[in-house]
Amino acid sequence: MSEIRLERIVKTFKEVRAVDDVSLTITQGEFMVLLGPSGCGKTTLLRSIAGLEEIDAGRVWIGDKDVTDLPPRHRRIAMVFQSYAVFPHMTVYENVAFGLRMQKMDKDKLDKRVKSASGLLHIENLLERYPSQVSGGQRQRIAVARAIAMEPEVLLMDEPLSNLDALLRLEMRAELKRLLSEIGSTTVYVTHDQVEAMSMGDRVAVMRDGKILQLGDPLNIYRTPVDRFVGGFIGNPPMNFVTATLDRAGDGLAAGVEGAGSQPVDADHVDSLSGHVGKAVTLGVRAENIDVVDDGDGAGDTLRARVLVVEPLGSHDLLTAQLGSEQLKVATRPDLAIKPDQDIHLRFEPERTIWLDPETDRTIGM
Amino acid sequence: MTSPSVAVDPSAKVDPGPPPRKSRPAQRLLHNIGWYGSALLLFLFIAVPIYLIFVSAVSTREAFFAYPKALIPTPDTISLANIELLFTTPGVIDAFWRSVIVGVITVVLALGVGAPAGYAIARFAFRGRDGYRLVVLATRAFPIVILSIPLAVTFRNFGIDDSVIGVAIVHTALTLPFVILITSSVFVSIPRELEEAAQTLGCSPWRAFLKISLPLALPGLVAAAIFTWVLSWNDVFAASILTVINQTLPAKILVGLSAAPPALRFAAGFILLVPSLIVIFIIRRYLLGLWGRVVK
Repeated sequence: MSEIRLERIVKTFKEVRAVDDVSLTITQGEFMVLLGPSGCGKTTLLRSIAGLEEIDAGRVWIGDKDVTDLPPRHRRIAMVFQSYAVFPHMTVYENVAFGLRMQKMDKDKLDKRVKSASGLLHIENLLERYPSQVSGGQRQRIAVARAIAMEPEVLLMDEPLSNLDALLRLEMRAELKRLLSEIGSTTVYVTHDQVEAMSMGDRVAVMRDGKILQLGDPLNIYRTPVDRFVGGFIGNPPMNFVTATLDRAGDGLAAGVEGAGSQPVDADHVDSLSGHVGKAVTLGVRAENIDVVDDGDGAGDTLRARVLVVEPLGSHDLLTAQLGSEQLKVATRPDLAIKPDQDIHLRFEPERTIWLDPETDRTIGM
Repeated sequence: MTSPSVAVDPSAKVDPGPPPRKSRPAQRLLHNIGWYGSALLLFLFIAVPIYLIFVSAVSTREAFFAYPKALIPTPDTISLANIELLFTTPGVIDAFWRSVIVGVITVVLALGVGAPAGYAIARFAFRGRDGYRLVVLATRAFPIVILSIPLAVTFRNFGIDDSVIGVAIVHTALTLPFVILITSSVFVSIPRELEEAAQTLGCSPWRAFLKISLPLALPGLVAAAIFTWVLSWNDVFAASILTVINQTLPAKILVGLSAAPPALRFAAGFILLVPSLIVIFIIRRYLLGLWGRVVK
């Protein structure tokens, strides 16, 4: 289990900087998720750690060794590919044993490792079969077993769950999380699925256009995204963003939403927002942090909205509501019996509201 | 959809739905006739001459010159005399073996040079790759007729005229484009990720090729080899220009049997046909798979 240190990695394809001066330290035993949309550079960064991409600048350290100029086979890594890359011309046993055979491990030790890894992935009864004779989900397990049989310093995973159907993905997510925490290896996991990132990572690096936008533990990123992109990317449904104007209100500040009302600014944020008084500001708030309240509840601190769509999702209702000239999503208890075209009053939970500068789309005070 | 509260009136007429398009069965019949008819014609175009050659090759003298010719060989019209005569003609057996050897040398050279080229095209995105592919194909468009005399002269200068190796060299040049194209598509069909996975598991790039790509490519490479051998076996023109005494079988037959009785010539034609037919029949499944069509 090694620490990974990436220093100012740059990788260019033709004229595009797929990885743009990225530095990152992954601590021993940590489960680091690289999250981002297609083309953000997360897979390229992972392959750079593996040694499958020759980087144009920067250094890669695994443990206390500078592996930048070393090929994959000298880096003590193991990788699980998105397409599994299970060898079709070998039995499952031989697949899992492949890396160990390359190390010329002696027969008994090899057999023990293979059986142990296969057992952890529940494929011990498939060892004599060929990959074409097993299902996609089982092939995925073969790929993982093959990697962990190596007992690598670093485990690299490139979207291993994205080719599985939804139900299987759910099961494997939990299983993988438990398995990897038992093994305790340093893991770097690439995904575009923010649910996977939230559920599995110790820390998440949100990437876009070759750069890391935000690095932190999942809950942190969920609650205080650094900019509009991160806020909209994490969470389902995405965070709501509402345009407002900041004005003084008594001792504090209030954000006025045109055609809807206004919301008071939480005391903790007043100082950082003082420079934006009289100007436009963007509120960020998640669907589950918006309360539907009775009208005339408090003194003018609610927003009027009209319900457009009600989606009864069982555990909660997801409303799409028109707030002034914008739309937002609101999550409510399932038994409120709200109907489309109904007028409702909303209150944003102040501690869960973030404030962004409309010109930079970055969160103010971060 | 009726709501559950409305009772279904049992006496109401059942709506039969829109009227079926009457032309459908007729259309399909015509369509089938078109396809199968064309396939049949194409088959006959190839099969009839082969059949006639076969019949002539195994006919007795009388049956051969009879008119009208019996199309179905009966026991009294069959004779292997022609074929026997062919094989006892001096030089034929030697020519036969020479053809085999030229074929083998051609396969070794063509695959030895062509397979690595195919691998490079498949795996490495080098500048000019598309142009290279085009050039490789274009060499095939060059008429061998124009090249043959200069080739014969050049070979004479190098001392390899009228030799097995000379013919093998020309055959290699002729078959190299096919080998390169076939092997490159074989290697393309092997996902690069398999080699990369092997590399992360402890293989050098060369080892990954040996342990992963080569075994997986073997069926395709064998098919390319067999295809190359058949092309070499069938070449008449280059062989006859380049050889005088050390002839391959097609060259021998063309030159040596031009004055022979027709029956003998039919027998020779049949002998030339058979190996190719057998080989193509065996590997047809693989070739069709390579060209995108699965055959049961």
